[in-house]
Amino acid sequence: MSFGSHFSYAITVFLMVAGLFIVIARGNLIKKLVGLGIFQTSVYLLYIAPGKLIGGTAPIIDEHFKLYSNPLPHVLILTAIVVGVATLALGLALVVRIREAYGTIEDDEILARDADDQRNDGQGG
Amino acid sequence: MSLALHLPALQVVIPLVSAPLAVLFRRAGPAFLIVTAASWAAFATAIALWLKTGDGATISYAIGSWQPPWGIEYRVDRLSSFVLLIVSGMAALTLPYSRASIEREIPREQHYLFYAMFALCLTGLLGITITGDAFNIFVFLEISSLSSYVLIALGRDRRALMAAYQYLVMGTIGATFIVIGIGLLYLITGTLNLADMAGRLAQVGGTRPVLAALAFLTVGISLKLALYPLHQWLPNAYTYAPSAVSAFLAATATKVSVYVLIRFYYSVFGESLVFAKLPLPQIMLLLSVAAMFAASAVAIFQHDLKRLFAYSSVAQIGYITLGLSFDSVTGLTASIVHLFNHAVTKGALFLLIGGAVAVVGGATLSRLSGLARVMPLTSFGIVLGGLSLIGVPGTAGFISKWYLVLAALEKGQWWLAMAIVASSLLAVAYVWRFVEVAYFREPRADLATRREAPLALLVPAWILVGATVYFGLETSVSVGSAANAAAMLLGIGK
Repeated sequence: MSFGSHFSYAITVFLMVAGLFIVIARGNLIKKLVGLGIFQTSVYLLYIAPGKLIGGTAPIIDEHFKLYSNPLPHVLILTAIVVGVATLALGLALVVRIREAYGTIEDDEILARDADDQRNDGQGG
Repeated sequence: MSLALHLPALQVVIPLVSAPLAVLFRRAGPAFLIVTAASWAAFATAIALWLKTGDGATISYAIGSWQPPWGIEYRVDRLSSFVLLIVSGMAALTLPYSRASIEREIPREQHYLFYAMFALCLTGLLGITITGDAFNIFVFLEISSLSSYVLIALGRDRRALMAAYQYLVMGTIGATFIVIGIGLLYLITGTLNLADMAGRLAQVGGTRPVLAALAFLTVGISLKLALYPLHQWLPNAYTYAPSAVSAFLAATATKVSVYVLIRFYYSVFGESLVFAKLPLPQIMLLLSVAAMFAASAVAIFQHDLKRLFAYSSVAQIGYITLGLSFDSVTGLTASIVHLFNHAVTKGALFLLIGGAVAVVGGATLSRLSGLARVMPLTSFGIVLGGLSLIGVPGTAGFISKWYLVLAALEKGQWWLAMAIVASSLLAVAYVWRFVEVAYFREPRADLATRREAPLALLVPAWILVGATVYFGLETSVSVGSAANAAAMLLGIGK
């Protein structure tokens, strides 16, 4: 077990943690979505890397090749990529609407304005 | 090939096809008709499937005739047919209601999009429940989640946008955790079919990747089902979403997530692995009790009725997971019964509140003062629903609490039975806040001319209120199904 054999896992875990950290630590709504994107992308690696055998080919039966890579993870991740794109698109669309409604995309400023709304509600507005 | 053979596929395909049709028509009227018809067809299908699995049979359906475990398998057993019944039944009731309620909440030119999104959300929830394929669960989960983010963002208040955004971030993190868990399981077992996976996991036992997968799945699904303290997305989402959406999501979305958790725990990992190798029962017990008390206590101090009942939902989910933590047939029965009873009760409450919002113009308690004079039927319905949340005998909530207490006593945990009763007292407190405002205060001056909510809003809501009382007296459907399902799950798990 050399370091090299675990290299892809190290990258995966690094991206995963980095993405999740950005989502939690950043107040900017766009930056949060960037973090979310990185977090989701790391999972693509988690699936695809183990599916590849070094020296393996596409699974087409041929007498010259004995070693095949598993194609299923690629197919699964193709679906996951579509889901990721949809999530990101919807997230960005929401941010556009939030910017129109609040005039800012900073977490803390929006929360401050929400607190004002809350107070108005409390007074029966 | 007769139609009856294809019921499992039709269950998902009918609502799925209705969504693009609704978009193609581009008008509210036809879109409403198509989606409502689809939801009723789905409800009829669910009833047929539920009757078919009555004798404990399991229906396996190979999509595209690709035999499992290679192809995607739809699998209907007692538990999944019961959850299908809840989800499609709620949709069939909420859709006729939504026509009148979104009139006041969503611009008319967006109505057909609302119906399309609703159909997709229904498709996703039904798909999660019926599929027997791990990756398929994730795909359907995202279909239902993405459409519910849109549905929540349609709320009138600008805070609905922020609520949808927060739900999107939390929901996506949850879903990604679930994919990581499924990925780890796939790496170990080489299969995505749940039944096949269960067989192979039994051979692998509790190795570290399996436990890691279990942990990722538990956290991911807990985010989705709003297990305390992962519930932050829920109160805002329910409060600012359009009324019909609040009612539908409160009654179904979290319940389906509970179903996924039960499915993974009992049908895939097996209870011996879940409950013996990790301190999961203890963690689950702790978080459930925390939810029951903390969320109920927070609910007491809310100024908005929708938000109050949203926090109450978090507390009620605590009762469901509490039943799981007992790891016994009675406990699991209590969970599944409460899943059903709470869906009916919360559905009724949010539909009634939607009627009040439509007439009064808001759900803040100060606006609702004297509501009983203006809208006696709505107020009385909310009180009945509240009694069911408390667990008063004669309502559905009592049945669930009864089984929970039985399960606690079975384990010899007296203090826990006391805790269940004590937390019900907190429910008395938050329901009383509504009673006090609605019955013992004068209506605001501008409400004097308002009348009861229109029948289109009142009838679906009162059907559910009636169900709340009915299932408190006649329990053969709810408890019978739940007990069968629990026995089957634990039979497989051993």
